Amino acid sequence: MKKDLLLFTGFSTLVMLAPQLFSGGYLMNVLVFVGINTMLAIALNLLLGYAGQISLGHAGFFGLGAYLSGILTTTYSLNPWVAMPTAAIVVGFLAGIIGFPILKLKGHYLAMATLGLGIIIFIVFNETVELTGGPSGLSGIPNLKLAGISFDSDVKNYYLIWGFTLAVMLFSLNLSNSRIGRALRAVHDSEVAAQVLGVNARLLKVQIFALSAVISSLAGSLYAHTMTFVSPASFGFNFSIELLTMVVIGGLGSIYGSFLGAALLTLLPEFLRGANDYDIIIYGGLLMVMVMYMPGGLVRGIPALFRKIVVKGKAGNA
Amino acid sequence: MLRLKNINTYYGKVHALKNVSLHLGEGEIVTLIGANGAGKTTILNTISGVTPASAGEILFCKETVTALQPDKVVQRGISQVPEGRQVFKPLSVEDNLELGAYLRYRSREGKASIHKDMDKVFTLFPRLEERRKQLAGTMSGGEQQMLAIGRALMANPKMLLLDEPSMGLAPLVVQEIFRVLERLRQENGTTILLVEQNAKAALKLADRGYVLETGKVILEGPADELLENAEVKRAYLGKDKKEIWER
Repeated sequence: MKKDLLLFTGFSTLVMLAPQLFSGGYLMNVLVFVGINTMLAIALNLLLGYAGQISLGHAGFFGLGAYLSGILTTTYSLNPWVAMPTAAIVVGFLAGIIGFPILKLKGHYLAMATLGLGIIIFIVFNETVELTGGPSGLSGIPNLKLAGISFDSDVKNYYLIWGFTLAVMLFSLNLSNSRIGRALRAVHDSEVAAQVLGVNARLLKVQIFALSAVISSLAGSLYAHTMTFVSPASFGFNFSIELLTMVVIGGLGSIYGSFLGAALLTLLPEFLRGANDYDIIIYGGLLMVMVMYMPGGLVRGIPALFRKIVVKGKAGNA
Repeated sequence: MLRLKNINTYYGKVHALKNVSLHLGEGEIVTLIGANGAGKTTILNTISGVTPASAGEILFCKETVTALQPDKVVQRGISQVPEGRQVFKPLSVEDNLELGAYLRYRSREGKASIHKDMDKVFTLFPRLEERRKQLAGTMSGGEQQMLAIGRALMANPKMLLLDEPSMGLAPLVVQEIFRVLERLRQENGTTILLVEQNAKAALKLADRGYVLETGKVILEGPADELLENAEVKRAYLGKDKKEIWER
């Protein structure tokens, strides 16, 4: 327990000091995205890595949060601090209602159902032009304001987003170490065995699905208020797959793994800009190599690699 | 203590249990024997609420539990040790046991009594204590079976349903596990419903037995009578086949 607390404190300190270490607005902007993607990857990881239920429609929940926040603050001139929880509650309820029938499905069928859900949400964004602005998007979304400070610069946004991200991380770390976390892993391993021990597996799956949607919606709202502009293209099927990749590359069932996956997949394309047209090939190749040689994800692969090098080094010296 | 009245259960269109009636008195050990597909596991899952009955009634301590969800059944005091052990392999022994007490963490009784029960499980199966931090999936079949039983006991049940605890285990380990079941009855007065393929061992342990065939109870009686029954001997004990044929 103490070790966990130490790790989290260290991680938070590093996050809070980062703007002092790296300057430059562009990098700050990228790091804001790392924060948003970390929240999303954690949300999906709770569902996939802990409870063992796949979702290929999480970009949809992310988008719903962003659009609800956007519409409530522009068309209905609501305060962003009111719009954000309203959006989260609506998305949570929606996920709960949809979750009951679709979480009865397993494996490939659940993947198909959630895929369909994501696509439906995407189509709604595109087609309800009066409400969402259609394919050209929704602009003029206000920034968040707190005690006279408006979060309108990259550095301010960095602290805002990472404040939320750290809160989500702490909450998820606690959840995964609790009785509920154990029950989730039990459902993942054997639903029947979990049930005959008194875990209400069906309800628990719906609850974690709704929680995951609420976190995604929160990330979406934050995205809308920092970018001040949303369009359907950011919430398509491709992004759902990207989130899935972050979770798997980072490490299933690990909160810090979700951060590593999100960081890698957000930063890598930026670093590969210099490779011009070859960036996609290098990106794809790197992902393949990583899945082959680090099947447990970065969070387990990096320490293993480190041990290997250290052990080899010692053997070489002797 | 437990009474099944004309239970009928279906898997889709397949009629798996046909008017099954049986009963268990308090502190009794009763065994269900029968060939593959006779409906033994289905009876346990119907009692647990995993595959609910479509007709009939189940009474436990004079209250009906027929339509209850699995977690409510556990709350009433019936725990199942599922077929093939089904321990949570990526979790430690300790985590598995704590999961057995899942519903009790929410109630008011506090962690002290849960830890006391964990110590009780460790007295029954000392080998689990030696391995409390080990991952369940890395243990032998016998140890996993012990863990599965210990996990069910963590719910502090009045009645234990066991689905083929001897499956795939060495005869010595089976003996050890059956001795623990006997001890549970003596020390805690736990009522036990035991499903077994190993009919001989089960009938030696049990007070009474039911013989199932294609979803129906075809025979019932005291265990020692069933052990001597010619039909049971021919079909399930695999002995003296010739003798019976010649008679």
